[in-house]
Amino acid sequence: MTYSPTYKPFGETAMLIVWPAQMNESILKEVVDFNRKIEQQKIPDIVETIPSIHSITVIFDPQSISFDELTILMKELHKGNALEGSIRPNCLWKIPVCYDEQFGLDLREVSNHTGLSIPEIIEMHIEVIYQVYSIGFLPGFLYLGGLDRQLHMDRKSNPRPKILKGAVGIGGEQTGIYPSDSPGGWQIIGNTPVQLFDVNKEVPCFAEPGDKIQFTRCSLSEYLAIVELIKLDSYALEKEVIRD
Amino acid sequence: MIRILKKGLHTSIQDLGRIGYRKYGVPTSGAMDMQSAKLSNYILGNKEKDAVMEVTLQGPGIEFLTATRIAICGADLSPSLNGTPTPLNKSILVQKGDLLDFGVRKTGIRSYLAIAGGFQTDIILGSRSFYEGITKSAVCDDGDEIAFHSSFGVGKFQHRLHHPQPINLGLIDLDVHKGPEFEMLNEAQKVLLFNTSFSLGINNRMAYQLQELLMNELPSILSSAVLPGSVQLTPAGKMIILMRDCQTTGGYPRILQLSENAINVLAQKMKNEKVSFELV
Repeated sequence: MTYSPTYKPFGETAMLIVWPAQMNESILKEVVDFNRKIEQQKIPDIVETIPSIHSITVIFDPQSISFDELTILMKELHKGNALEGSIRPNCLWKIPVCYDEQFGLDLREVSNHTGLSIPEIIEMHIEVIYQVYSIGFLPGFLYLGGLDRQLHMDRKSNPRPKILKGAVGIGGEQTGIYPSDSPGGWQIIGNTPVQLFDVNKEVPCFAEPGDKIQFTRCSLSEYLAIVELIKLDSYALEKEVIRD
Repeated sequence: MIRILKKGLHTSIQDLGRIGYRKYGVPTSGAMDMQSAKLSNYILGNKEKDAVMEVTLQGPGIEFLTATRIAICGADLSPSLNGTPTPLNKSILVQKGDLLDFGVRKTGIRSYLAIAGGFQTDIILGSRSFYEGITKSAVCDDGDEIAFHSSFGVGKFQHRLHHPQPINLGLIDLDVHKGPEFEMLNEAQKVLLFNTSFSLGINNRMAYQLQELLMNELPSILSSAVLPGSVQLTPAGKMIILMRDCQTTGGYPRILQLSENAINVLAQKMKNEKVSFELV
């Protein structure tokens, strides 16, 4: 590891481990690797960890460990050997998106704003491989980095009261997928039939920070076919293991 | 079983919260005032993590379909059993067919109803705490029937070393720690923060807003974890104290972090009540 994170108290039950405030893949890799290392240790004093773009928040039990003791423990762990044993490799997930007008409510507005044609917008959106930096905002909402500059567009000044589950949108410099019905201000360009969050699974999200996402274009009929397959629990999302 | 005859303003089942799923963006939820919830379980000899009913401002009407024991802690919302006022912080025997009602709010806003063995709603991702999109419903509804663990088979009363005390409903000073972005504030802002009596604004299980603004030019931060008790400062100067159902990450500077006790204290307050921050 090349960076030395700092260890800050965050209330009585949490420690914030923080790296330089940058959103880039090298810092994310340190966050993800260190978080997996902490998880792998299964330290009983640690309740859970919340990794994000440049930080890990460690929730601990103050009755069993003090902040200072935890700091020593974390520093030792950080210095220690690289990850060992079987860890989940990072994956590239291919997520089908239907950009049909039925779903792409704001495609025209994005086209007017960017000066790009609708086919150009879709092409730019599926071309990029996006980095998963964090999960938050809603259960299963992925913070994705890598949206083409030409597609950056402000959120709507009047958010919609309801955006459909699976909606794919653009909000500022980000693109993302609504994992559930929600009010929201993003510019909606398509919809995925894939479930980003499933409470019935022990691991409710298939993606993790450190993974990558690519959108693939599907037609309305393919979309409907995938919906049916998901209902039958016989749809497997396409993925590739990423080798470092 | 109990039956909800009248749902009340916001009645839900809560426990100590959903642990281990924040990394997937799932809020912890759990009883807003953990101290009162724990006390209600303690009085019945229940486990600390048993699910209780959180009753907010206007309580529900409840019919007991089996005899059992209950305890009510936290806010005094004038509970009554078959029309007779019933005390707080006590184990109460109820018979089949008894009716529990709540009346005028006297102190606090959230009451906790514990029942022998705890309520047995579905465990989703390790917790029974209601949360929209995670559990089947976010609130109890008219006609709902909710199971509990036993009728009389009350657990042995175990005296614990750190048994919970009734919450201090009169407290207005909230104990706080410096938040991760506290040092982004200038001296004048810090002085204001600790010398202002703030009025509580809009609030719910996700957050309490403060009515007074703290003008600032703080930039937003890279999205990072927020916790129940985190005080966020928006560019418009609004301060938002996050509560149990809050999002897991946020991009506003986290200027303060409430103590665990202060979160419970705040959970008993309503709009327009005053609070101030005290650094510990």
